[in-house]
Amino acid sequence: MRTILRKVFLVDLLQGMWVTFRTQHPKNIVTEQYPFERPKIAERYRGAPRLNVNPENGQTLCISCDLCALACPEALIVVGWERNPETKRKDLITFTFDTSRCMFCGLCEDACPVDALELTQDFELASYSREGAIFDRQILEEGIQPKKYVF
Amino acid sequence: MAETFLDSTELVLNMGPQHPSTHGVLRVIVKLDGEKVLGTECVIGYLHRGVEKIAENRTYTMFAPYVDRIDYIAAVSNGLGYCLAVEKLLNVEAPARAQAIRVILTELNRIGSHLLWLGTHALDIGAITPLFYCMREREYTLDIFEKYCGARLTTHAFRIGGLQYETYEGFEKECLAFCDLFLPKVDEYEELLTGNRIWRKRLIDVGILNEADCKAFGVTGPMLRAAGCKWDIRKALPYCGYEKYDFEIPTRENGDTYDRYMVRMQEMRQSARIIRQAVEGLPAGPITAKVPKVIKPPVGEAYVSIEAPKGELGYYIVSDGTTQPYRCRVRPPSFVNLQALDKMARGSLVADLVAIIGTIDIVLGEVDR
Repeated sequence: MRTILRKVFLVDLLQGMWVTFRTQHPKNIVTEQYPFERPKIAERYRGAPRLNVNPENGQTLCISCDLCALACPEALIVVGWERNPETKRKDLITFTFDTSRCMFCGLCEDACPVDALELTQDFELASYSREGAIFDRQILEEGIQPKKYVF
Repeated sequence: MAETFLDSTELVLNMGPQHPSTHGVLRVIVKLDGEKVLGTECVIGYLHRGVEKIAENRTYTMFAPYVDRIDYIAAVSNGLGYCLAVEKLLNVEAPARAQAIRVILTELNRIGSHLLWLGTHALDIGAITPLFYCMREREYTLDIFEKYCGARLTTHAFRIGGLQYETYEGFEKECLAFCDLFLPKVDEYEELLTGNRIWRKRLIDVGILNEADCKAFGVTGPMLRAAGCKWDIRKALPYCGYEKYDFEIPTRENGDTYDRYMVRMQEMRQSARIIRQAVEGLPAGPITAKVPKVIKPPVGEAYVSIEAPKGELGYYIVSDGTTQPYRCRVRPPSFVNLQALDKMARGSLVADLVAIIGTIDIVLGEVDR
């Protein structure tokens, strides 16, 4: 008798409806309105790469040791350096980081002995061309500058 | 009367590879008699990336991020399996703290994986609401991953010999808060689905796979447990200190789609229980064992299997003494479980086929590798 009554009065469906009704309250809405509302990115987030510079004199921290390039599974980092005849040290000339192939595993960051290469919280990496995904030294040091699309 | 093609009752149809309810790029060739399925054949390989071959020309450290891409829904479990296999080759063991953190993260990942399964499976059957709720709770696990290791999906959380990252501030509190928040939510999903008459009619006695068939096909994970076999690698061959935690292996008898649903729901509750125990007993200490910088395991081979959300996940690595593995074979649970599809689907209706594909919980990245 009870099961028949439960069936007739659609108790199982109403039970489910009650769950959906409970979450209608505006307090319970969890959708993030992305471009208007910025997500909170974790401190350790592995996003766009950055090549750190010394804030005092603007010189690069990179010592051109090539360890990041060796650690990279996709071999997408190319470090160009030149031996300075005066100081007998390696001077960084170019640094390219191909984010189109990067899987943001963080192995380059782990390999860096001087914390020069870092993966930042910046996650908006879209570009209008494939070449735009290849970061050169300037972009790595200054960060991505959003470009306006020109027709 | 001459026979025309209209007289023939059998029809061969392609389901997929872009059918939304095949959970990726699975193509199922279905032979139909009206609505009845006479036979199925899976065509796989649309997502083949050659992960096992990639392993042969990467060093051991470099290959670790690639295993996250095998089963991208349970990336942490994959990373754990690979790290354990290489650690077995190297004959090192991760410290107690690292093991406890590994357990916490893999169990969180199991909950996340089961939640995604539940949402999409319910969506296949026709219940849209659970998907949103499941995604809402899964977000919490992803947030913990993001805060812990800096990525949400392809985490690369573990390193060979231990961990790269120490826990962040408030990690324990967040995990416990998640456990508290999550258990009532499981009841909420059950309220939506378990008693629902449509859900029950669509699932009960659909896609039955009994214990003997499960063993014959090598099916593992929740599918095997739903058929009544109490087999869980975490209990049978404990790794990462699972023998220390008190939890149960949920089983059911019939082995139909409904039982598999019930088993997974119970498993989520058990996972929350393990997380709570692991967080409360989190030991202090180092997080990495002594592992050389250049990993060069001695000549030999190792097979390690772990209980991934989908079943037994195994890594078989052959070392020839160099920095790169000679062979890395992955035993993916969903690839093996998928083989039972034909057995389960024969004689059922097309709509049931969708339910059966959903209940296997396949990830095509893992099937094709």
